Amino acid sequence: MSTFVLLLITGLGLGALYFLIASGLSLIYGLMGVLNFAHGSFLTLAAFAGFEVGRRVGISTWTGLFLSLLVGAVVGAVFAALTELLLIRPLYKRHIEQVLVTVGLSLATVALFEGIWGPDPIFMQASGWMRQTTDILGAPIPNDRFVSIAAALLVLGGLVLFLNKTRYGLIIRAGVENRAMVTALGIDVRKAFTLVFTIGGVAAGIGGVLASHYFGYVSPLLGGSLLIFAFIVTVIGGMGSLAGAAIASVLVAVLQQFANFYLGVGDLIVVLLLAVVLLVRPQGLLGKAAA
Amino acid sequence: MTDKLSGRWGYVIGAAVVLLLVFLPLLNIPGLGILPGPTYTAGSMHLMAFTMLMVALALTYHLLFGVAGLLSFGHALYFSVGVYGLAIVMDRTDIPLVPAALLVIVIGIAVANVLGAISLRVSGISFAMVTLAFAQAANVLVRRNPGRVTGGDEGLSLRTAHVPDFLVGVVNTRNLYWVALAVLVVVYLITVWLENSRLGHSVAAVRENETRVRVLGGRPYLVKLITFAVAGTLATFVGIVYLLLQSGASHTATGTEFTLSLLVMVVLGGVGKRWGAILGAVVYTLLDQRLVALAQSPVIANLPPFLHIPLSEPMFLLGTLFILVVIFLPGGLTSALERVTRRRTQTVPHRVLEDVT
Repeated sequence: MSTFVLLLITGLGLGALYFLIASGLSLIYGLMGVLNFAHGSFLTLAAFAGFEVGRRVGISTWTGLFLSLLVGAVVGAVFAALTELLLIRPLYKRHIEQVLVTVGLSLATVALFEGIWGPDPIFMQASGWMRQTTDILGAPIPNDRFVSIAAALLVLGGLVLFLNKTRYGLIIRAGVENRAMVTALGIDVRKAFTLVFTIGGVAAGIGGVLASHYFGYVSPLLGGSLLIFAFIVTVIGGMGSLAGAAIASVLVAVLQQFANFYLGVGDLIVVLLLAVVLLVRPQGLLGKAAA
Repeated sequence: MTDKLSGRWGYVIGAAVVLLLVFLPLLNIPGLGILPGPTYTAGSMHLMAFTMLMVALALTYHLLFGVAGLLSFGHALYFSVGVYGLAIVMDRTDIPLVPAALLVIVIGIAVANVLGAISLRVSGISFAMVTLAFAQAANVLVRRNPGRVTGGDEGLSLRTAHVPDFLVGVVNTRNLYWVALAVLVVVYLITVWLENSRLGHSVAAVRENETRVRVLGGRPYLVKLITFAVAGTLATFVGIVYLLLQSGASHTATGTEFTLSLLVMVVLGGVGKRWGAILGAVVYTLLDQRLVALAQSPVIANLPPFLHIPLSEPMFLLGTLFILVVIFLPGGLTSALERVTRRRTQTVPHRVLEDVT
């Protein structure tokens, strides 16, 4: 029983990380039709920024944690916004080229991170509360899992409120539904593009700092390895669907944890799940039917 | 460029280039910083052979992406079937090289057909994702090292017990160079033949407008599948020789990054053009291999860190170059070259007229 609870909550913690990346990917794809390969780099840079802050302020203190999360979010947001303004916008309406540019950016930035921080993982020794465990039904759960889950829930709640209660949220939702119509009504969708990228950057930035706590290290390849699973989550959940991304994150991560523990083949199961979903229901769980 | 090089002159120039490449290992041409030394040295021949294999591989990706318009993120899988397939067969059995290679090619044909048949049930971004997923699964499998067959992260070195002596060791790099050249020529000829065949024309038509092909009574799924299978099988073929040249298999050959580098090559040169794939692969491979040497030169190493760090990362420079090409040279390097040569050789008023009418 305690193993079951441990796997379940660890899976939820991993799912929270997946969601933080996949939510941005999904919104960006839904609104702009761009598959953002650079999303992993947003995450990695934020993780390194958070790591640098944590190293100076003290990684084990609450101040250090919040400050590194804040810095990570800001760094992710700025990086993402600049990417949209400088690289995506000049290629407006040329989707393949936009994807290619993000591919180039991810290759270039990963190499740059390797140049700055070295190619090997840097392990972080957090102590104190984040490293301790809390017993739930007899299962010792590392506390950083709770922080990840709480952060993902906050981001999910914030996004839902933003999308449903604000004017910009309305524009974004309308744009995902039918961008041509929104443009025809005289609304400048391009502002929404930058906004969506920035939001995605914030979520990925928070995800990056939390991922470095979850895995206990930062490395230039941190984002890339998570990005592949985030892609899978996005596709399974349905491109452009926030709720789909949330459900699929939890589904994929929990399934992965259980399959890893009992069969040792978690990653393969996830890939198989993706293949099955795409062949049975190509638009994903909650996606719109393919246009 | 293609229209200029077609016809009789195309064959003559092509034959001359191949002839030059055949005799290159016997000549003493200085490397000029592009190659590590004169052309007859083992290091230079190895780099040239490596580049030719990458060109061949880029041509197979060109068949997928340029001709059929299929954006695959999993082409590395079919390449690694060749690399790991042969490495495992040579390691575990006593089959001689040639039958072993044929066996691996048969496996490659089977894998490409089965996975292609599944992946092509969806299209666009979904297709890209399914191919990515399959390749990722292969990557995970190789790194997991099931039954200690693949060597995991360490890789698997080629057991040379049943490889003919003239293909083993640094002394015989020249023979491997010629084998790589032969592979490149074979892959190139198959690519040309396929592009000019009825299959090539119908798959190009599918790329442009799939619905229309279907309405006209064509079978888009079948032509895409055949192209996918041919590209995959050729990649397996290249992988086999890659293993001989590198005398070992590494899991990097199965990764997504490897497929992305093929994508970068094809786009760098110019999508949809055979010469684009070739030029892109040559530029990419040489820069990737040689920029490391540049980074170690004292000129770069003595620069302040904010210049020295980016300049010593080849992938940073290549990625940046790639971004610039995508934004500023939509047709890739070949169309930039075309524009330059056209401006120099003739002013073309009739083109302007065409544009007006």
